[in-house]
Amino acid sequence: MAAESERVDRSSHSMDKSITLPPDEIFRNLENAKRFAIDIGGSLTKLAYYSTVQHKVAKVRSFDHTAKDTEDDPLYEISMQEEILARLHFIKFENAYIETCLDFIKDHLVNTDTKVIKATGGGAHKFKDLIEKKLKLRVDKEDEMTCLIKGCNFVLRNIPHEAFVYAKHADSEFRFQNTHPDIFPYLLINIGSGVSIIKVESEDTFERVGGSSIGGGTFWGLGALLTKTKRFDELLQLASKGQHTSVDMLVKDIYGGSYGSLGLTGDLIASSFGKSATADKEFSKEDMAKSLLHMISNDIGQLACLYARLHNLTRVYFGGFFIRGHPVTMHTITYSINFFTKGEVQALFLRHEGYLGTIGAFLKGAEEDNPNQYSWGENYAGSSGLMSTSPDLNPMQRARSGTFDMLEMDRLERQLVNLPLLQDPSSYIPDTVDLSEDALAREYWLYCFEEALDGVVKRAVASQPDLPEAAERAEKFRHKYLHKLQTLRHQPFAYGSLTVRSLLDTREHCLNEFNFPDPYSKIKQRENDMALKYFQKAVKSLEELSWEQRQFALVRGLLAGNVFDWGAKAVSDVLESDPEFGFEQAKRQLEERPWLVDAYDQWLERLKGPPHKCALFFVDNSGIDIILGVFPFVRELLCRGTEVVLASNSSPALNDVTNNELQILTERIAAMDSVIQSAVKEDRLKLVQSGSSSPCLDLSRLDKVLAGVVRERHTDLVIIEGMGRAIHTNYYAMLSCESLKMAVIKNSWLADRLGGKLFSVVFKYEWDVCSSVLLVLFVSQSVAGTCFSLLCGYLEEVAPLEPYVTGTGTRVHLSPATPSLPDFPLSSHCHITQKAHTLQPDGTLLIRKSFMLLHYPSNPANVAPLAWPLPQRQMLTPAASYLYHTALYNTLFSRGCLSSENAENSTPECSITTPILSLLKGPPVNGYMKGPKEKGLR
Amino acid sequence: MNRRPGGETKTRRGTTARMNRRPGGENEDAARHHGEMNQRRGGNEDAARHHGENEPETGGGNEDAAQPPLKRSRSRSDVSNHLGLDGSNMETTTAGGSAADERRTSNYSSRQRMDSLRKIRPPFPWFGMDIGGTLVKLVYFEPKDITAEEEQEEVENLKSIRRYLTSNTAYGKTGIRDVHLELKDLTMCGRTGNLHFIRFPTQDLPAFLQMARNKHFSSLHTTLCATGGGAYKFELDFRQMADLQLLKLDELDCLIRGVFYIDSVVSSPSECYYYENPTDPEHCVQKPFPLENPYPVLLVNIGSGVSMLAVYSKNNYKRVTGTSLGGGTFLGLCCLLTGCSSFEEALEMASQGESTRVDKLVRDIYGGDYERFGLPGWAVASSFGNMVCKEKRESISKEDLARATLVSITNNIGSITRMVALNENIERVVFVGNFLRVNTLSMKLLAYAMDYWSKGQLKALFLRHEGYFGSVGALLELLDPS
Repeated sequence: MAAESERVDRSSHSMDKSITLPPDEIFRNLENAKRFAIDIGGSLTKLAYYSTVQHKVAKVRSFDHTAKDTEDDPLYEISMQEEILARLHFIKFENAYIETCLDFIKDHLVNTDTKVIKATGGGAHKFKDLIEKKLKLRVDKEDEMTCLIKGCNFVLRNIPHEAFVYAKHADSEFRFQNTHPDIFPYLLINIGSGVSIIKVESEDTFERVGGSSIGGGTFWGLGALLTKTKRFDELLQLASKGQHTSVDMLVKDIYGGSYGSLGLTGDLIASSFGKSATADKEFSKEDMAKSLLHMISNDIGQLACLYARLHNLTRVYFGGFFIRGHPVTMHTITYSINFFTKGEVQALFLRHEGYLGTIGAFLKGAEEDNPNQYSWGENYAGSSGLMSTSPDLNPMQRARSGTFDMLEMDRLERQLVNLPLLQDPSSYIPDTVDLSEDALAREYWLYCFEEALDGVVKRAVASQPDLPEAAERAEKFRHKYLHKLQTLRHQPFAYGSLTVRSLLDTREHCLNEFNFPDPYSKIKQRENDMALKYFQKAVKSLEELSWEQRQFALVRGLLAGNVFDWGAKAVSDVLESDPEFGFEQAKRQLEERPWLVDAYDQWLERLKGPPHKCALFFVDNSGIDIILGVFPFVRELLCRGTEVVLASNSSPALNDVTNNELQILTERIAAMDSVIQSAVKEDRLKLVQSGSSSPCLDLSRLDKVLAGVVRERHTDLVIIEGMGRAIHTNYYAMLSCESLKMAVIKNSWLADRLGGKLFSVVFKYEWDVCSSVLLVLFVSQSVAGTCFSLLCGYLEEVAPLEPYVTGTGTRVHLSPATPSLPDFPLSSHCHITQKAHTLQPDGTLLIRKSFMLLHYPSNPANVAPLAWPLPQRQMLTPAASYLYHTALYNTLFSRGCLSSENAENSTPECSITTPILSLLKGPPVNGYMKGPKEKGLR
Repeated sequence: MNRRPGGETKTRRGTTARMNRRPGGENEDAARHHGEMNQRRGGNEDAARHHGENEPETGGGNEDAAQPPLKRSRSRSDVSNHLGLDGSNMETTTAGGSAADERRTSNYSSRQRMDSLRKIRPPFPWFGMDIGGTLVKLVYFEPKDITAEEEQEEVENLKSIRRYLTSNTAYGKTGIRDVHLELKDLTMCGRTGNLHFIRFPTQDLPAFLQMARNKHFSSLHTTLCATGGGAYKFELDFRQMADLQLLKLDELDCLIRGVFYIDSVVSSPSECYYYENPTDPEHCVQKPFPLENPYPVLLVNIGSGVSMLAVYSKNNYKRVTGTSLGGGTFLGLCCLLTGCSSFEEALEMASQGESTRVDKLVRDIYGGDYERFGLPGWAVASSFGNMVCKEKRESISKEDLARATLVSITNNIGSITRMVALNENIERVVFVGNFLRVNTLSMKLLAYAMDYWSKGQLKALFLRHEGYFGSVGALLELLDPS
């Protein structure tokens, strides 16, 4: 059952009207709030409303440059404008405060258009009169389950890292999940007073497939009877201290040990409360509560597992007040699911689970605004984060009262989608290092951001010299961000995985919150101005070089340009103290080749080949970087006949060039450079916005327009520049085309970690990938059935591999991304006789024997020593081959899948390569080496 | 576990050798063992003539768990003594060994007949034992076709056991014979007699063993076939306290064997039955169900905990899952909630209570049916859900609590059963286990739940000998090792 239990006994006695609410903290923007929705549960009320936020943005406007430029005229003018931003507010508080809160809202509500409040939750009818009386709004009740599902879909779609796996004893308890591009189908197990099991197949299709009456209400009700403890939270506290073994009858109590023939271990509970029937003794409250908790969690887990299996679903989310923010129940449920599914299904929890009902109710009421048409983003500045009110984490707040948990979501101006060139969107993780798992790195970066705060505050104040209250706002910003950092120190999981990106984004959100939309606008303007003056000279000197010299100079220039980064402390100190620090000096700072990561030779070889069709370039900083580094490089690409798409931030972040600024810069450069001019005119050079306003880059949330352009133009090269985009994020991103990742490491700690030093260079050229390699492993039928599904599961984790397991007589449709396949001599590459398969006239492979196709988009070096028919073969690196094989071998090993017996079973026609065969005969080992993704950078 | 004639021959021979090498052994015990061993060897040679390759089995095992089918006849008086009878047969025990041997010799001719069937009839007494988490279930075959010759040869211990068990219906404070389940004129292994069903709490097992020790039960040289977890847990106790070797048997093997055996030998009233019109209390009646070819069938054994087996044929089954919310949970919670102390008491209270005062129903939340999801208003939304509220906690009776406990445990078993049946694609469910003993309430609930939630697709079947199948299976193993 979805309905939470009512707590009649609680709401009345603590109706404390004396509290005063800090208006700038909660219930923000009530003045123009509309579309209220409320979800009243057993103990907590969740309120939702929509507001528009007046918000300063920095705009740039080009001067008319037909007029003659003088040396002193700035390139463009900067102005602050008000912009309207749509925001969703969600506030969660104790039912005890409901009256106070309603009064507060009434006092502050200006908008009188609102006539209706959508309501859901078990307590909605109880407070109906109160709400109608106080707010003069008509209460419109919505179906609870529908709201729940709508809310769930909304958060899964819009909040990255919404779902997590809970692992009590792991380094980081919360392991956040990638948002799968397709969130459906999934199973939602809502554990309220009872349990509802809902299968969700699409936005509007869901079905309650089952349920159970043994749920949170049973724990609470039975717990209250057994322990005389009234509160749910207290019961959980009791349970966490108890020993269930004194109450439960375990297998070993019956068997004396384990029940070996069934594989039931001795510690397994055979009969919950079984000992309390026979032993004439008193049981402690703690022990009984623990036993009860186990009984209920196991029972729910078992049912969930049965339903998941029946409906063939692996994504199972748990919610409801039984789960909500309680590590104890998340742990027992996880344990139960692992036990019953033997790891096939993971129990998933949601960061904003408590808000689902109210989000759904809100969405029901806002259908005419089509909120689902937009992308939304969690505003880190206005959201409390996970477990902000957890009694387990904040013992001071055990009673929870007085704490208001908030979630704010900003409507993004454009819809965000995956970059179509991502190899596997479902396994793409933008961030290179997960700071919630890496304590050392976390310590460093939190410290680093705290250290840099003074500078940011100073810069913010300086950016608004005309506004006297800027200093005060800047202090508020400092306070807020510092508080966030402190929160993250203790709860690194508050906003999903903690990463350098999230720290940067949080800072941007906080700056925006206090109306510092673009603290670097003036600096950017000055630097752009200055750099433009050198553009022609730079181009000229490049043109004087030989082709090969020029290619290197272009790369070097790009890297030197990237040194100019106000986001990096080491650099901003230099720039601050030495305004004359110039391009040439930057070049001298650069590491000499061989660079820390150096694939320049391969890149040069590639340039000798045919031009790319279209290059997508994610640019970084303003000034020298974009003008003297990127533009000459782009110019060369254009000259080669490659179209270029420049993707820049939609809104400001640090000194990164924004799309607006880039448009002006491009116009100006076009005015003095005919190559650029004609390219712009002929649309061979296109500017698009990334949809992002972060110094980092999440390739799974990019402007839909950009994705369209990338697709239309058959982009075959992606260039990512800068530390934020190419190292903190995307370092391991696997693309389905060639990619260049370039950055100068401007942070000595990071340089140290990577084994380099300050101003070390990362030049990563990844060949790849559109021509995939087919590795065919010949195995016996029995192996194909059992172990290969495991293997495939593993390979999917490792990321770039897309294995197909086939049986005898199957036809495999080969991916159209393997154009050269008809010529692909499987036998010579993979040491498998061609008798195993025949290529049919229609392009499908008829598989004669049972074998596995590992369709892996290439780590091309694998086939380098072989007669790989594609022209790119000279660019294959042995390292890639090694990594791939390591992954494969380790898998075969660790799963004990392929024994020598299996190898012998394979038909004599097949001769697997010697190393594989010898490895197969080795002993199985526990655990496997980490695949390519987990290597490096840690 | 140590069964499987032939298969474990090697081990047993090894054990014998080991034993023989050991100098002296343990004091007087060892001395007695020696004596017995010699006797047994005699017996063995004897047996060897009858069943060739089984010979080594019977070799060593007074310390080893391995027991030949024809070794010890266990004294009945021991059972009776444990269960509260006098122990007047003390002196006969020492003589027991040789007496038994004589009997074996005298049985020679009858055994020869059996040889053609490759069946070896073990000596009396015939017991099958199932030591569960809560109850010990004992079946005893009382031969009614004893010849005068046999009568004469029967040792006193044996006689007294027979008399004691068959002339009483209660043993000691807690032992009970379920007279209504007794199977009369049953032919087992060529002998005709009555099969008796006896149970006592597992916690009284130590007393049972103590008595067995006092009365030299072991002198009867019977094989004690035991199944259930207790066969493992108490194996050492059996050996040390009562000098009894257990032949440990897998409980699920025994359960299935017992179910199909009993169903096949019982005709009227039919062992297996179901409830007709389970959703209509007025017309809900028991009807016999022929269980001849029920496969595939889901066998749900509700003891302290619950095991669910998918049975595809007599010899092909798998344990699909189980739940810890079983009879033990019902009784355990009832004891804590109501202060009752026995299953019968708990059931009695439950029959007088009203669970809807304790549970929160769908209609308590939605005012009626939750139509959007086809949930009827009477369905339980949250077991014990009303107990969240203090006023309601104070307004309910112990009987209500007992009823709610019974209903939630039963419904939960029903719900898991239904899901397992769906997943395994099985349409018939047989519920067994002592939780259902005198528990019509639960049986009707299960019948109802299966029928209602599956829209008539699932049939709930019940068996009259509810909890005894494991021990019957153990007895069958004694008579006809599989």
